[in-house]
Amino acid sequence: MPWHSLAEFIAMGGRGVYVWGAFGLVALAFVLEPLTLFWQHRRLQRRNHGQR
Amino acid sequence: MVPPMARSAMPARLETAVSCLVLLGVVSAIAGLALGLLFAPASAQQGETYRIILVHVPASWLSMLIYGVMALCAVFALMKDKRVPALLARALAPTGAGMAALSLGTGALWGKPTWGAWWVWDARVISELILLLFFIGFIALTERIVDVRRSEQAGGILLLAGAINLPIIHFSVQRWPSLHQGASIALGKPAPMSHFMVWGVLLMGLAFSCYAATMVLLRLRNLTMAADHALA
Repeated sequence: MPWHSLAEFIAMGGRGVYVWGAFGLVALAFVLEPLTLFWQHRRLQRRNHGQR
Repeated sequence: MVPPMARSAMPARLETAVSCLVLLGVVSAIAGLALGLLFAPASAQQGETYRIILVHVPASWLSMLIYGVMALCAVFALMKDKRVPALLARALAPTGAGMAALSLGTGALWGKPTWGAWWVWDARVISELILLLFFIGFIALTERIVDVRRSEQAGGILLLAGAINLPIIHFSVQRWPSLHQGASIALGKPAPMSHFMVWGVLLMGLAFSCYAATMVLLRLRNLTMAADHALA
């Protein structure tokens, strides 16, 4: 393992903002997309039930 | 359109498929991140910044793969006049757009410390931006046209026109003088980085694929429900 401490790992050689920013961006997208799909599904369920 | 009998049988099967995909995706993401973040050594040229490859390359692969599948769907939908491939293309589009946007976003975060700029007018970057615009164009076009058949036909033609962009993205780093580095992982070529990172990227590619497949299944369910509502 190339890391000697947690602080070193988080700092990413002084480029932590870019590295963790990229991972954060992906994490945010991978949370928002399923959430919107679940909300849309709930809305459609309510609407389709209301119709019957 | 999913036939009514298949639709009634869908939820249980959908649940199993989604559970398997989520499990496989989470396991491969944990393994890929551990290999790429914890075990792979820093790059001699780029230091730690190159670890962004773990998300940048899978997002770029998926954006192209999804567009390729959508273009194939368009061929089937237009030639055979089939509804299912057209529906599948619509279910794929938002996830594809997301992947293209993530490719550009993570690329900007990689570019700034490496090239000194968030954005460069480079062949590969521009062709990926054009891919994103085709995804957005397809979504806007198919949402705007109310008549289902016309919407599917117009969307299909747009997809086929944009398919020319895929080989352009792929060959952009070989054909033109480019700031963007060459392919990091290519068949039959030794990768210019640690084996840990190669496997990390491949596992993350699998995780991204599982994620995309899950989103497509969930969106297909929503699209089918919306179509039911419109018919009722």
